[in-house]
Amino acid sequence: MDRTDTRFSAPRRLILQAIGAVALVGLGNIPFAGGAFAAANDKYPDEAFKAKTEADAIKALYGKTAEASDRVKLDAPEIAENGAVVPVSVTTTLPDVTSISFLVSENPVVLVASYKIPAGTMPSVANRIKMAKTSNVIVVVEAGGKVYSTTKEVKVTVGGCGG
Amino acid sequence: MASTIRVRATSNGDTTEVQALIQHPMDSGFVKDAKGEIIPPHFIQQLTFEYDGRNVFAADWGGGVSKDPYVKFAFKGGKKGDDLKISWIDNKGATDTTTAKIQ
Amino acid sequence: MRLFSAIPFASAALALAVLTLAAPSAPAADTVDPVKDATAFKKFFTDKFPKVKLEDFVNGPYSMNEDLHRQWEEKEQFPPYEFSLEMGKEMFTKPFKNGKSYEDCFPNKGIGIRQNYPYFDEKEGKVVTLELALNRCREANGEPAFSYVKDEMAALTAYMAFTSRGKPMDIKIPNDPRALEAYEKGKEYFYTRRGQLNFSCATCHVQSPGERIRAEVLAPALGILNAMPIYRSEWSGMGTTSRRFTTCNSQIRGVPLSPQDDEYRNVEYYLSYVSNGLPISGPGARP
Repeated sequence: MDRTDTRFSAPRRLILQAIGAVALVGLGNIPFAGGAFAAANDKYPDEAFKAKTEADAIKALYGKTAEASDRVKLDAPEIAENGAVVPVSVTTTLPDVTSISFLVSENPVVLVASYKIPAGTMPSVANRIKMAKTSNVIVVVEAGGKVYSTTKEVKVTVGGCGG
Repeated sequence: MASTIRVRATSNGDTTEVQALIQHPMDSGFVKDAKGEIIPPHFIQQLTFEYDGRNVFAADWGGGVSKDPYVKFAFKGGKKGDDLKISWIDNKGATDTTTAKIQ
Repeated sequence: MRLFSAIPFASAALALAVLTLAAPSAPAADTVDPVKDATAFKKFFTDKFPKVKLEDFVNGPYSMNEDLHRQWEEKEQFPPYEFSLEMGKEMFTKPFKNGKSYEDCFPNKGIGIRQNYPYFDEKEGKVVTLELALNRCREANGEPAFSYVKDEMAALTAYMAFTSRGKPMDIKIPNDPRALEAYEKGKEYFYTRRGQLNFSCATCHVQSPGERIRAEVLAPALGILNAMPIYRSEWSGMGTTSRRFTTCNSQIRGVPLSPQDDEYRNVEYYLSYVSNGLPISGPGARP
C-alpha cells in the first residue's frame, strides 16, 4: 500500500508524522505480520492506549483537544445490560470525517477503539465495548482537521441473580 | 482451520454495509482467573477491511473491546459479487484473514 | 350371573373405571388439568402485561424493558451465539466413529423437532429432555456423554433449536397417569420455595417479572424455555437449560441437583407445556 496516500488530509499526515516520531520509541515490540499489514496506513497508537485520561488519549491520537459538538450523535444504553458487552454506536453530520474513537473514562485503559474513516466511508460506526463500571462514554470525531466529541453517561451495575 | 471472521456485507447499489463478528477472547489483561491469577492480555490490535485494493475501514483496538468483537460500518461503492478482504493481527502476533463476497 | 343384572353391574363398573381414569393419583385435592393450567398461566401474564404480545414473552427480560430491548436488538444483528450455532451444525452432521450420526437418533433427522421436547417416554415412565436424548444418542453409538451445561451440549441444542425457530412449543401429555404425575410434580417443584433465600421459581418469574432483583430485570415464566440454549453476557458464553436450573438453585443458596435429575426433567416438562403455542426462539441471548 502506497504510504503517500493523498486521500488523507495534509494536517492528518503531519500530525501522524509528529506522533510517529515520538511514538516510534515505544513501538519496537509491536509485531507486524508483513503481508496483511502492509496495507495498514498507520502504526498502532501505542501511546494513546497507554493514556490514563481522556484528554491524554485524545492528544496522543489527534494532537489536539476536542470541542463538544451536538453534531456527533452517540447511541448508548441508559443502563448497560452487562458491562462486558455494551453496544454503542455513533453517527455524525460533520463533513470530512477522518477518524472516530471511543473512550470510557472509568476504564483502566481509557481508549477503547479508534477507527480510520477514509474518504468514501460513511462517518458512522457501531461496536460493542467493555465498561468496568458506571462511566462516561466519550466518542471523538476527527473531521476537517479538527476534533469534536460527545459524552454520555452509561450506568453499569453488578449483575444480580439473573433473569 | 475455519476462519475466526464472520462477515455480512450487503450492497444496496449505492453503499455497502459491512458487519463483522470475530471469534477472539479479547482478554484485557485486567481480569483474574478462578485461581486468582491475571489472565494475560490477548486482544486484536488492528483490523482492516480492504476493497478494490484500498482500505475502506481500519480499526485500532485495545482490550476494552468486547469478547468476540463486532463492528459495523458502511462505505460508498461496492457491488454484489465483489470481494471484501478482512484481516486482523493481535498483540501476540497472531493473524487471520478472510475474503467475503458482497451480497 | 344372569344377563339383565349384569348390565347394571357392567355399567356401574364402567362408570367407576371412567371416574378412576378421570381423576388420576394427584397429591392435591383438586384434579390435575394441564389444559386449564396452561390457559390460566397465559392469561395471568397477558393480563399483567397487556402491552406485550403473546409471542414476545419468549424474549424474557427484553419483553419487559425498553432499554434492554434496544441493546438486545442491536446484538441480534450479529448475535453472540453465532459461533456456538455454527459449531452445533458442524457437530450435528458429523458422523460418530461407528458411522452413524445424530440424524439416526431423532425423528426427521433431528431437524425441526425441538418444539416436541421434553416428552413423556411411556416405556421408561419418565420425562425425556432434548439434552438427555442427545447424550443417550451418543452413548448408544459408543461416544462419551457431554457435560449437560455448556459447550458441545449447548452447541448441539442451539442448532436443533435454530431449525425449529418460529415453530410453536408443542409438548404433549399422553393419557398416562404417570405423565400427569410428572407434569404435576414439575408444577409442584416450580411453586415450592427452597434455598436460604427461600425463593421458588415462581417468586421471581411469576410474582416479579419485569422487576429487578439486585440489578437484573426478571424474565416472565411464560415462554422462559423457548429461547434455550442461551448466550448469557454474565457467563460470557453459552449455557443450556441444565446450566440455568443448576445455577439458579445455587443463586438462591440452595443445593443444586444434578443436571437431568427427575425434578429438573419434570419442571422442564411443566414449564414447556404451559408455554405451548409460543414460538421457539432459540438459541437466544440474555444479560
